[in-house]
Amino acid sequence: MALRVDDISYEYEKGTAMSVHALAHVSVNIPDGQFIGLVGHTGSGKSTFVQMLNGLLKPSEGHIYWNDQDIHADGFDRKKLRADVGLVFQYPEHQLFEQDVISDVMFGPRNLGFSEEECRKRAEKALRSSGLSEEFWKQSPFDLSGGQQRRAAIAGVLAMQPKVLILDEPTAGLDPRGRDEILDMVRGMKQQLHMTILLVSHSMDDVAEYADRIIVMNDAKILMDGSPKEVFARYKELEAVGLSAPQMVYIMQYLRECGLPVRTDILTVDEAAEEILRHRGELHVQ
Amino acid sequence: MFNEITLGQYYQTDSVIHRLDPRVKLIATLAYIISLFIVNGWAGYVLAALYLVIVISLSRVPFHYIVRGMKAVMFILLITILFNLFLTPGTPVWTLGPLTLTREGIVFAVKMAVRLTFLIFGSSLMTLTTTPNELTDAMESVMGPLKVLHVPVHEISMMMSIALRFIPILMEETDKIMKAQIARGADFESRNLMKKIHSLVPLLVPLFISAFRRANDLAMAMEARCYRGGEGRTKMKPLAYRGADAAAYVFLALYFASCIVLRILGM
Repeated sequence: MALRVDDISYEYEKGTAMSVHALAHVSVNIPDGQFIGLVGHTGSGKSTFVQMLNGLLKPSEGHIYWNDQDIHADGFDRKKLRADVGLVFQYPEHQLFEQDVISDVMFGPRNLGFSEEECRKRAEKALRSSGLSEEFWKQSPFDLSGGQQRRAAIAGVLAMQPKVLILDEPTAGLDPRGRDEILDMVRGMKQQLHMTILLVSHSMDDVAEYADRIIVMNDAKILMDGSPKEVFARYKELEAVGLSAPQMVYIMQYLRECGLPVRTDILTVDEAAEEILRHRGELHVQ
Repeated sequence: MFNEITLGQYYQTDSVIHRLDPRVKLIATLAYIISLFIVNGWAGYVLAALYLVIVISLSRVPFHYIVRGMKAVMFILLITILFNLFLTPGTPVWTLGPLTLTREGIVFAVKMAVRLTFLIFGSSLMTLTTTPNELTDAMESVMGPLKVLHVPVHEISMMMSIALRFIPILMEETDKIMKAQIARGADFESRNLMKKIHSLVPLLVPLFISAFRRANDLAMAMEARCYRGGEGRTKMKPLAYRGADAAAYVFLALYFASCIVLRILGM
């Protein structure tokens, strides 16, 4: 159940003077079960890229394979693909439309042709995984708070029971607490439902803690692809393209420059605290 | 998804026509449309065509770009021609069942087609060379005298410019919502009419909600900047006539007068 992207390019306004390359010769392999963070700043091509993965956009050149089948070949069932590769758009709460939350979540499975009963079962399961408590299920989605609406919308994609879940900037516009809740939810889903997750973000801090692999996009191309530690070790290069490593990388780097021999491949606050405590007393005031 | 529509779009370039005062272009377009219904003979149509050729070449808008805009109205044009061809009473030329083609019908249909084509070219030239904001400014200024009759001129033109401003935003929004629903398995390409209407609900409900939300935000932003209607409002770029505008008016007056003369002469 792997996605393979083979040398794809995409051009907007093709053939006119305004033609822009949104993607240029991108190749990626997305095997089962990884938690991948896709990072790049606005306009780097990451949103275009993810829309390719479930066949919403067709590459101008190159191929995409799902289980070794070309998704743009004749006769390929793209509706099925969209169920297998779930895509949660930016601000997904803007797509809610039903009278109550549960019917909205059932929209996806209904389109796939499941029985009413099966749809309801899937919707309930998805809502539970998204952490929206049962009291809201019968309410109008428009009466919920922003964070709750987003959970409901994510559940709408989860209910199709995708094997790969792509989330495009799922924390955009949320306060720090809402952000942490959503990210925890995504990690929980990965552990419970064993999905492959592709989390798109412009913030390294969003993906640093959770991802086992980070892909950095810049200027329509893939700039780096590796484990978080490998990627963040090249933080100077990240800065050159307008991105930054997680805050902890900088703090540890600074401490080291000040003479405290701490490790610098640290990403989270907890790890950092532990490492600093380990070296307690070694820093001499200069 | 919608980039085929060029009718009514602004074409960015620098030309004499682009630089004209928008009021001139608005009045000239109205005058041109009226002139198309004044002229009746072939000489008149040649004159109208000449006017178009001069303005188009001055405007520096590529001809194929203007023609592309015609595609959207081709269907209406064809229907008009067909109706005129077969439903004008007169000397029969050819009969097919209940349909009769008349000599008068052919003449009338050709004239109508020429008129409509010129009309669309003429008015799309205005929108191609004038930004929506300029156009609403011009409307506000030209309709100014109606204020005496308590017509809310400023409000109308403000509504128009907001509406025009929102067209591209709402198109982008539609595209986004459509993709989001397709990602949830929605099917917008069904041939069954009932299914098609039904499938629009997941598109239209979010679109309306988003339009209301944007309207609300915009109203709030306008109020926060003390907007309170047209009374005593000044402009950043007040409209001012220049030499070229006077020349354009003279050119227009000559053209219009010639049209009337041709009509009287019956040419």
